[in-house]
Amino acid sequence: MALKNYIRERFFPHFWCAGCGHGIVMNGLIRAIEKLGLSKNDVVMVSGIGCSSRITGYLDFHTMHTLHGRALAFATGIKLSRQELKVIVPMGDGDALAIGGNHFIHAARRNIDITAIVMNNRIYGMTGGQYSPLSGYGTMASTAPYSNIDQSFDVVELAAAAGATFVARSTTYNVIEMAEMIQNAILHKGFSVVEIMSQCPTYFGRRNKLGDAVDMLKYMNRTTTTIGSQWIDEDQELIEIDSEAKEEQLKIERGIFIRKERPEYCAAYDEVIRRAKEGK
Amino acid sequence: MQGGLDKGNPKLRELVINRQWCKGCGVCVAFCPKHVLELDDKEKAVVARFEECICCRYCELRCPDLAIEMPLLPQYGPNDLSA
Repeated sequence: MALKNYIRERFFPHFWCAGCGHGIVMNGLIRAIEKLGLSKNDVVMVSGIGCSSRITGYLDFHTMHTLHGRALAFATGIKLSRQELKVIVPMGDGDALAIGGNHFIHAARRNIDITAIVMNNRIYGMTGGQYSPLSGYGTMASTAPYSNIDQSFDVVELAAAAGATFVARSTTYNVIEMAEMIQNAILHKGFSVVEIMSQCPTYFGRRNKLGDAVDMLKYMNRTTTTIGSQWIDEDQELIEIDSEAKEEQLKIERGIFIRKERPEYCAAYDEVIRRAKEGK
Repeated sequence: MQGGLDKGNPKLRELVINRQWCKGCGVCVAFCPKHVLELDDKEKAVVARFEECICCRYCELRCPDLAIEMPLLPQYGPNDLSA
């Protein structure tokens, strides 16, 4: 099917700013679902509040636009009652890890078969550029005009520690890789987390002097590397080009970090119900 | 613009840009390996050198506004990514 079959054309052009990375994530997400050949009736998309969460309005699946940070709680209810559906939860960084931080870690702990996509643009874009839990130390935001002193979460480490059984990271620069990771995450049985580093040229880029969308995409390309790659230690030239970037930001790894089997929540629930009905 | 090119990608029928949806961010222009696209005076992407297009589809994949489509000639089948 063509891309336009998956969107609600009447709401286009979408409300995201020129060059916003969330549009690229939506593009990759549609192509991942197209490649998997899923019927639109078999996909449920649940989102919370924020720029990223507006994605559910634009995509023509079963969609729900719910409370700030609580999308995973709604998604858990949907998955438990209709286990045959593929439940995808696109979230922003603040939605997933600040307001919905508890829902996030407990959904991961339960290992319920939901795909969480964290669209990480490192800022609260919709409300005017306040710093988020992923902005990181030393970044500028409208609520941190003399730079942010909060350390950031590492989504991959957090999700892995909380018990997610599929954890991956990609960027909006690496579009083909991103679509493949979303495909793998949807196919995985269990709680899967895909962090997609995205750009907010309007707030994060402007406040931190990272340039426009093109510059931010190039920056993401320079500052990330596939898991285990050693290029950054070897290629002095590349390090010098990126002299303004901080050392720790230079070594963000992309790829699939965790992929393992653990009892899935819905299956375990069915098993308990079956035993209860047998009276054992 | 007509497809069936001598150079570039002969399978490509057309490079369609939806001007109503394009916000002129310039991502497609910057990352096109063959410099096929440009921004016009209205800050919208336009196809400047269609004959150079190798149909790598990076503009289509990276467009945040879903404003670019690259249909193939009918004999080359559906418009999918593996083409």
